[in-house]
Amino acid sequence: MPNHTVTSFDDELKSVAGRVSEMGGLSEVMLTEAISSLIRMDKDLARRVIAQDKRVDALQFEVEEQAILIIARRQPVAQDLRDVIAAMRISNDLERVGDLAKNIAKRVIAIEGSFDSKKFALGVEHMSELAQEQLKAVLDAYANRDTASAANVRERDDEVDALYTSIFRELLTYMMEDPRQISICAHLLFCAKNIERIGDHATNIAENVIYMSTGVQPADERHKLDETGVETGVAR
Amino acid sequence: MNEMPVVDAEAGTLLPKISAKKVQVFYGETHAIKDVDLNIADRTVTAFIGPSGCGKSTFLRCLNRMNDTIDICRVEGDIRIDGEDIYDPKVDPVQLRAKVGMVFQKPNPFPKSIYDNIAYGPRIHGLSRSKADLDEIVANSLQKAGLYEEVKDRLDEPGTGLSGGQQQRLCIARAIAVSPEVILMDEPCSALDPIATAKIEELIDELRENYTIVIVTHSMQQAARVSQRTAFFHLGNLVEEGETKEIFTNPTDRRTQDYITGRFG
Repeated sequence: MPNHTVTSFDDELKSVAGRVSEMGGLSEVMLTEAISSLIRMDKDLARRVIAQDKRVDALQFEVEEQAILIIARRQPVAQDLRDVIAAMRISNDLERVGDLAKNIAKRVIAIEGSFDSKKFALGVEHMSELAQEQLKAVLDAYANRDTASAANVRERDDEVDALYTSIFRELLTYMMEDPRQISICAHLLFCAKNIERIGDHATNIAENVIYMSTGVQPADERHKLDETGVETGVAR
Repeated sequence: MNEMPVVDAEAGTLLPKISAKKVQVFYGETHAIKDVDLNIADRTVTAFIGPSGCGKSTFLRCLNRMNDTIDICRVEGDIRIDGEDIYDPKVDPVQLRAKVGMVFQKPNPFPKSIYDNIAYGPRIHGLSRSKADLDEIVANSLQKAGLYEEVKDRLDEPGTGLSGGQQQRLCIARAIAVSPEVILMDEPCSALDPIATAKIEELIDELRENYTIVIVTHSMQQAARVSQRTAFFHLGNLVEEGETKEIFTNPTDRRTQDYITGRFG
């Protein structure tokens, strides 16, 4: 696309998009490190993850402020408007991703003693790898305005959801086997739920990449593959 | 005025108020409008946008044959209002311009009283039988133009003594006085401050209930605010015409996108 006649407008749009990408990079790292702190029960790493969330929150604030200023000063339309709206929405999702990663890290600190991560957390680790892939793919799609990849991310969320369902069942079994494991399993269950939510945010971001590039809001509601039965009727 | 919109009995769809087919305009050797097809809906505000010299004003002026007054200007193609060919030799351009009123960029009141500015048209078109009739037309027109309250006590003062925004509303009242069906506006707010502009835009929104309005504007935001449909002209071509909300969020043509987002070199 050619540049704006007013070049400072281009600079402002680039700056917003740059901050969104920076947020994306940070929240990706937070998720990766939160999971690795969980697997290794590394409480120092967990504390660093928690500290990083402040930076993500600050970036989101900056993205919003810049977007508001652009709307006020430039009255963007068409592609520009969609870029600004998408940046605001995506930064919102990334801020939530940061919160969810932070929540996993907080659990690492809260868990007392150690546990057999090979036995209990394998599923969570596997699930988080998938969510990380999704997050990375959608952030690349945002940077490259790649609607095909975004659509792909949107389709693949079912896999994360299916994994969540199977982890839920697995952890339930452990809890029934030995009530002393209920506490750790409950923590892991929440971690899995957080990862599942991160997958949902990746889907939201994918939808906004599609909207940004095409002007069409993906309308068809994807059916939700949460078969744990505990979330029925709960707003996501 | 105020009849039911014309409906195509067979298709059951609303016929356009104005339909233009294969319209070409030449100024001497210059090909100013190239093969424009455009339907304009009744009781709708249609905005014409595009860079200077793109032909939007030229096309607007075809709709009430204002281009007739320019010797070297030649209009080809077919323009119909309510299905009637307005370039038919039997059509009286003066009658046509009463039906298709026009408001210009610079407010141009006659050097007469406020009252006479409005009364002039109805008098020459013989629209009033008595002084009381005429008084009513004047008051009505000023009311519709949102000016009555401001000028009702000084109708005998010169129209040129009003502020720019008031003068523009006076010109709108003058156009309304001869019961037009279509009102053409050629950048009606470009000489006005934001408050006067807002008043005109509010007025346009009210007038839409009873008139077909076509407005040429250089302000993209104004087109986005006041119109339901937008037509984008470039180099004499009609590039894109569609719902205003579509044009400003997701235009189809790259040139439209570049223009409305400020990317034209």
